This record gives sequence, C-alpha cells and structure tokens, in this order.
Amino acid sequence: MKKNGGNNDLKKKSKPPPEYDLRLYVTGATPNSVKAIANITNICESFLKDRYDLQIIDVYKDASVAWQEQIIALPLLIKKLPLPERKLIGDLSETDKVLKALGVEM
Amino acid sequence: MSRSVKKSNTTAFEKTPTGINGFDEITNGGLPANRPTLVCGEAGAGKTLFSIEFIVRGILQYNEPGVIMVFEEKAEDLEQNVASLGFNLKKLQKDGLLWIDHVHIDRTEIEETGMYDLDGLFIRLAHAIDTTGAKRVMLDTIENLFGGFENEGILRAELRRLFSWLKNRGITTIITAEKGLGTLTRHGLEEYVSDCVILLDHRVKNQISTRLLRVVKYRGSLHGTNEYPFLIDEDGISVLPVTSLLLEREVSSQRISCGIPSLDDMLDGRGFYRGSSILISGTAGTGKTNIAAYFADASCKRKERCLFFAFEESPPQIIRNMQSINIDLKKHIDAGLLQILATRPTSYGLESHLVSIHKRVKQYKPRTVILDPITNLVTVASISDVKSMLTRLLDFLQNEGITVLFTALVFDNEKSLQTDEGISSLVDAWIQVRDIEGNGERNRGIYIMKSRGMNHSNQVREFVITEKGLELVDVFQGPEGILVGSARQAQLLQEATGIELRTYAASRKDQAIERKKLVLEAKIASLREEFESVQDELNKTFMEEKLKKEIMERNRQQLANSRNNRNLKNGKNSKK
Repeated sequence: MKKNGGNNDLKKKSKPPPEYDLRLYVTGATPNSVKAIANITNICESFLKDRYDLQIIDVYKDASVAWQEQIIALPLLIKKLPLPERKLIGDLSETDKVLKALGVEM
Repeated sequence: MSRSVKKSNTTAFEKTPTGINGFDEITNGGLPANRPTLVCGEAGAGKTLFSIEFIVRGILQYNEPGVIMVFEEKAEDLEQNVASLGFNLKKLQKDGLLWIDHVHIDRTEIEETGMYDLDGLFIRLAHAIDTTGAKRVMLDTIENLFGGFENEGILRAELRRLFSWLKNRGITTIITAEKGLGTLTRHGLEEYVSDCVILLDHRVKNQISTRLLRVVKYRGSLHGTNEYPFLIDEDGISVLPVTSLLLEREVSSQRISCGIPSLDDMLDGRGFYRGSSILISGTAGTGKTNIAAYFADASCKRKERCLFFAFEESPPQIIRNMQSINIDLKKHIDAGLLQILATRPTSYGLESHLVSIHKRVKQYKPRTVILDPITNLVTVASISDVKSMLTRLLDFLQNEGITVLFTALVFDNEKSLQTDEGISSLVDAWIQVRDIEGNGERNRGIYIMKSRGMNHSNQVREFVITEKGLELVDVFQGPEGILVGSARQAQLLQEATGIELRTYAASRKDQAIERKKLVLEAKIASLREEFESVQDELNKTFMEEKLKKEIMERNRQQLANSRNNRNLKNGKNSKK
C-alpha cells in the first residue's frame, strides 16, 4: 500500500498511532476536490482533533492508486482505521453522513 | 484502420471493421469508427463475447490495441470464457496490446456524501488507453454502475461525459447493456449512445434456441434492418447475412454427371447443370441417400470437393451403407475430397444450422453440397421457417456456383407430392423416387418431375439397387399398367420364351421347306427319269423302225436278187 504523494500533508501527528487513519483521493484542483479537502479538514479539526491522520492523494499524479483502491468515483475518502474500512464518495458536504460513516459521535 | 478524429467530419461515416464473421457485411464495413456503439440484449445473449471478439480481432487482424473494462465478470472468468474460442487474453496483455481492467463496485461499502464525479473511471481508462495505444474500448456492462451509486443524476451526466470523452479521443467503443422491459436497455443508455445500437436476442422455439442480431440503429449509414441469425462456436461469432437475395447470379451451362449414367441419359444424356439445385424426393427407403451418395461419388471422381450434410446418419454409417452399393466414400474422405458432417437437426436451431452450413461451405469451398434430408429440419421449426431458410441457403450456394442436392422425405406418396418443404418451386431439377406396389412386392420408380433448361425424359423408370450399384431400367408397359420388379422380369421371361418359340417355329418351317424341296427335287428326278425312259422308249422305237426299215430294205434287195437268181437257177435246178 503506497502512502506517498499527498500534495498537502495538513496534519501529521507523529506521537501515538492515530485513532483515525483517513485517506482522501482527489483529482487536482477540481471544484469537488477543493470542497472535499476543505470539508474533511473542517470535520477532522472539529470532531477528531489530534486523533487522526489524513493523507490527501492526487490520483492525477499517480494513476496506479486508482486500481489499488478500485476508484471510480472521486473525491473518495477511505477510512482505514478504525476498522471496518469505509469508503465515502463525494465532496463530503453532508457532514452528518460523513460523521456517521466515520463512526464519530457528535 | 485507425483513423484520425478530424477526418470523420466528412459526410460519410468511417467504419471500423469488427472482424466478426458476417457482421461487417451487414453493416457495410463494421461499427462507426471513433464512436461508441451500444450492444444490448438479455443475459446470455452474447454481448460480452461480441465485444471481446471485436477487441481481440481488432488486435489480431487490424493491429488496433484494445482495452476491456469489465464491470461484471472477474477478469479471470473472462479469460476462461474466451479461451475456448482460442483467444489468449493473457498473452495479448503481456504483449501490451490489451488492457483488462476489472471494476468492482460494492454499494454497501460506499457512502455518498455530496457531489462527486467518475474521474476515477476516466483516469483508469485514460491510463489504459495511453499505455496500450488503444483504438478500441469495451465497457461491459457499464450499467452495473447504476447499482453502485445512489445519485442517478450524477451517474447519467458522467456517462454522457464519458461517451463524449471517448468520442473525442477517437476511440471506437462498445458499451454493453442488459435489455430492459420494453426498452432497449434497463437504464436507458440508448439515450446517450445515439450512433449505433445493436440488439442481440436469444429466442427459444420448440426447445431450441436461436441467436439473433439486429442493427436497431446506425446513424448515417445504410444497414440491414432484419434480424440476422448468428452462431457462437469455437471460431467465435458468425453472423449470417439474410437479405442477399440476388437473382442476378451468373449461370453456368456446364453439365455434370449425377453419377448414374442411366439417369444422365434421362437428363438429355448429360446430367445436371453445374451450380443448379436438385431435389430428390421420395418416400422412406426409396434410395434417396443412395442417389445422393452417387452424386457425391461422381463429384469426387471429377476431383471436385463435396460437402455432405447428413441429418440422419453418422459418417461411418453412411460409408458402410454405401459400400453395399459399391461406392467407396472412405477413399474420397481420405483424399480430402469429401467431408461428411453429421448433425442432429435438434442439436440447434434452424438459423444456427444455416449459419453453420454457411461457415462450413466458406471454409471447405466445395463444388457440390448435399443435404440429406432436409425434411428432418422440420422437427426444429415450422415448414415456413424451413422454406425461408432453404431459400436463403439455396441463394447463397448458387451465388457461390455450388451445385446442391437436397433429399426430401415424402410421407404419403399418394396424397400430395408438394410437401417438399415448398422448395420444389425453387429448385432447378426435381427427381421423384417413389414406391410402386403391386404383385405383393414393392419396387422403386424414378422419374423427373422437372428439370429446367434441358430436354428431359418423361418416362418412369424402374430404379434398381444392386450390390453393383444403382441402375435405371426401362419399365414395361403392360395391359395392367407399368410392370416393375418381378412382373417386369416375368414379362422379360415371357418375351424371351416368345422369342424362343418363334425361332423354334421358324426352324420347323425351314425344315418343312427343306423337306418340300427334297420332295420336289425327288419328283423332278423321277420325272426326269420318266422322261428319259420315255425318250429311251422313243429312241428304241425309232431305232427299231430304222432297223426295221433297213432290214426290210435288205430283205427287199435280197428278194429282188433272189428273184433274178431263180430265173437262172430254175434251169439249173431242172437239170438237177
């Protein structure tokens, strides 16, 4: 599993292994991608502060991840941890749905 | 084959040949180049196979790399499915000519949270196309995406974008879709793919399925609108053009022997025309197959290939049976001049039979084709279907200049002779073999119902099958009708006896004459004898007369003399 290529690593809490391992796949600076980045950052900062690790990966830059993660729809957010793995597509504007899928209590 | 996108602005559509047997013919060149084509049909209609063949043949025959994007089957399943057709997808992938991408979507894993697009799909596709340099793409079955995403609005917009994106890249694409109820596709994809729509169908009639293909729409191009039967076999798909009904074929005036000299004699002495169609009909066991075998044998002896489609007997059976009438078909098979293909009519549908006959004929390129018997095809379809199928078959074969011989079984020879699947009007020559019953035996009579374009005999001949072969014998016309079989032989004997008797009588007469002649001669001899004796008698009397006359003369002389002497002697005598 490649973990490279996040164009803007926003957060990297290095101390304990983060509770939430999130990866956001985007396509350059398309409106949906920009929105998705803003939304997830917002959500993480508001609800999961210091408990998460977020990688943002640009699929344009590395197409091979598209196969690895069976990516069709973008933007795509994959919650690797905590298990079970979940996939969220869309610009993550529906905060309630995102939180529910991430298993975060409000 | 690869054409640039810009060039397609010209009025006529450019076409990309599919390489699928027969399909390019019915579409006048293939699928619209650089455009998407929708292939729809029910499950199992052959959509995937059609698409894969398009891709693989593109690579193998037209040097156009391809991309297969599967939304349904696993990539391995796909490989296995087409391996039976001799397509080695793995090798093509290794050679970098083919890219297979398996798209897996599981709705339960995915949560939709706002606006999204299918850029992932685009990226994958773009990567595949760029890596292989693909000109052909297959999306099988992209409709499955509808099951993977909630937001149909986005999906539709994205599909529209995808198709126009492919078009802009100059990719010839096949999109497969399942047929919906009353619509071509379940999700109305035909709305987006407006250039070419092909419908594959799979119909079951009398427990026998027939695959059919129809070009529903082909913008900017002429195309056949009929349903074309097609066949899937070890060579992939074969589509059969139906409407090639051209009555403009060239005809040959060459004549070929049917293998039975006495039958040739009935046909103006020279047999059938090359490239004509011959129907041999008759009741069961009248020797139709034998005539067919003779015909095959004659063809092979001319060093012309013959293709024998047997619907009743297996090849070894035919070979064995024909040996009994002194025909060695095995020899021809070994020489590669004869091929016997035995299929049960019920093994597949009528159309499939037609397609398979087509294919075999194209492959083997025979000069003569035999179908024995066509009647059995009725078991899989109605008579009208059989007729239309045979019409097309005849047409095809005659266009190729192939002489074709059908045999047909007639069930009741008295009721109607026109039951020959109604093709008797289509064929050029029609020979009827029928039973002639009488005198407690069954014999075969043969006659020519018609034979276009030649002077043919109107006689009924007796058709005799012996271990030496087939023979036509003149039928005797007796007071009670024609005489065949033992009646004929009796007649023959009778005639022979007559001849014998006549010759005997003649010889008797000869003898009588001889005898008469002898008698006559004897009579002549005796008459001559008589005559001779009479003549003798006459001679005798004549001689006697003469003698008498002489004697009398002498006597008179003597008398005269003596008178003179008496005078003298008297004196002397007185002296004494």
